[in-house]
Amino acid sequence: MITRREALFGAALGAVAVAALPALSATVTKAEIRGLPREKITLVAPPFVHPHDQIAKGGPKIVEFTMTIEEKPVVIDAEGTKLNAMTYNGSIPGPLMVVHQDDYIELTLINPDTNSLAHNIDFHAATGALGGGGLTLINPGEQVTLRFKATRTGTFVYHCAPGGAMIPWHVVSGMNGAIMVLPRDGLRNDKGEPVKYDKIFYIGESDFYIPRDEKGNFKSYESAGDGYDDTVKVMRGLVPTHVVFNGKVGSLTGDDAMKSKVGETVLIVHSQANRDTRPHLIGGHGDYVWEQGKFANPPSKDLETWFIRGGSAGSALYTFLQPGVYAYVNHNLIEAVELGATAHFKVEGEWDDDLMTQVEAPKPIATN
Amino acid sequence: MPPLIMKLVPIAVAALALPVWLSMQAAGGHRPPDAVARTISIDPHSIVYPMPGEYLKDGRPQANPKVERHLEGPLEIMAYQVSAADYAACVSAGACRPAEETRSVPRDAPATGVSYLDAVAYARWYTEATGSQWRLPSDEEWALAAAERFAGEFEGVENDANNPARRWLTSYQAEVELNRKPDPLPRSRGSFGLNSRGLADFSGNVWEWTSTCYVRTTLAEDGSDVASSVNNCGVHVLEGLHRAYMSNFVSDGKSGGCAVGLPPDNLGFRLVLDHRGWVGRILAHLSFG
Repeated sequence: MITRREALFGAALGAVAVAALPALSATVTKAEIRGLPREKITLVAPPFVHPHDQIAKGGPKIVEFTMTIEEKPVVIDAEGTKLNAMTYNGSIPGPLMVVHQDDYIELTLINPDTNSLAHNIDFHAATGALGGGGLTLINPGEQVTLRFKATRTGTFVYHCAPGGAMIPWHVVSGMNGAIMVLPRDGLRNDKGEPVKYDKIFYIGESDFYIPRDEKGNFKSYESAGDGYDDTVKVMRGLVPTHVVFNGKVGSLTGDDAMKSKVGETVLIVHSQANRDTRPHLIGGHGDYVWEQGKFANPPSKDLETWFIRGGSAGSALYTFLQPGVYAYVNHNLIEAVELGATAHFKVEGEWDDDLMTQVEAPKPIATN
Repeated sequence: MPPLIMKLVPIAVAALALPVWLSMQAAGGHRPPDAVARTISIDPHSIVYPMPGEYLKDGRPQANPKVERHLEGPLEIMAYQVSAADYAACVSAGACRPAEETRSVPRDAPATGVSYLDAVAYARWYTEATGSQWRLPSDEEWALAAAERFAGEFEGVENDANNPARRWLTSYQAEVELNRKPDPLPRSRGSFGLNSRGLADFSGNVWEWTSTCYVRTTLAEDGSDVASSVNNCGVHVLEGLHRAYMSNFVSDGKSGGCAVGLPPDNLGFRLVLDHRGWVGRILAHLSFG
């Protein structure tokens, strides 16, 4: 009888086997890369994003990131339902990484020996080796460093992909995030004119599949491995028990609601590593939306709802025109209200009567 | 069925036989041998009380007017919320719909997962079962009984004529500042302690249905009188840590809650005793009441 850990790692080895292990062919390039300036970035937990320039200063550089994988139980709703989560850097989703086109991302991934599973990382922004997954598989107690070139601009998902059945399980246990590769000269609208944001928020949507007991109550497990068999059964039904932003129901509401003000332009990056979603800002719009996420394509204008394909990240630029409490939802409203995919923006500022006014307050229906 | 049997029990044997009989019923219906709910009588007194509902003046939302309310006669109200076991007895009797409660809760926890319609059905059954007149308290009666546990409306909500968003933002903030953490699981009765009147569990993690309908009132321009009002009795007022308004058929606080802020953890109720029937009088006399 093999242990759970061996079984999990065994499944992962398959992924490595199919990955072609590339060698850096041109030593000249290698030397050139070695000569590039380096910048070390400290990642921050979503919905916030580490400080960055929208327009690149100087030429390409090597941008160093470190992420530590944390397996830990997290509470995902108000009822105290527990998920045996797997996380990049302790948050669901993992942090948003921001670089510019032609920069090199150099990620050191750490899997502390307090974890029980093997993990890796597949960057949709990267080229080759299963997005880096084939070069980054590490056991508890190991670390690895991967470098890849940001050749294409846009927002891209990253996620754990340790092979076979482990892939979806790790992803719906929280191991996903996004990277944004900005054009060196910043974002441009549909006419090619520069646009910029005053604030950026990163929303990572997750679908969770928590097993229930015979009475219909959510079960909890000692460890992720203990819950594996039951969880896969729920996953195969393709009906999530929770659809949430940033790891749990209500993570971006109340005290944690996102803040903005009238006249401020926000870029909302929205990723979903596994399942389609359709963000909508209630009472607002997407002025410019990179629905597919890739900045080489002109943004769509004036969208009401945008579609984020499972396994991708998109972004929407919006300038708030009216104060109030806005709900930002997955406009499958069942998922928004019943399953959790609702966030709030608190927007301060002056009310614009021209845009909207209540001409007459509610009153009894007039009778003649 | 208790109501039918009740009528058949000869008065002569009632005094001693009834408690035993009710205990036997309790065993069958998974009820504790707590024959008739304990009530406490609230003496007449006055409170200054924010009216429930929504108020408009000059077409703008207003703070809920505070009025002095006087309890005329004594109010006899259940010391505890109706328990899950008591509610189960009504279900067993076929007079109540099963509560929407699947979690493992203590046997003596309050009934939760119950709608306004469920609460009214229970009051009807309990009235027949006990021969006494039971009903939901009005919102005002609830406030009088809850005393210092009555929360009322949020204070400090701005009302800016030129900017309706100020009201939305400040009321959102007021809810945030309550800093209430979700407390989902019902606890044994008494867990939230007694108020100054000796009544238990007000404003714990169970919100209580009242008989008061949601009403939208337009105040006269000088604020002194009501210009018009529209009742919506498809929605009733609940009281607890904060006031809530929910559709009659909703039994889950989360799905019927406010658009922003934390919704009620659980929905339950307690009843007011209007008129004690002869069974109740005997039981009260025998200290079972």
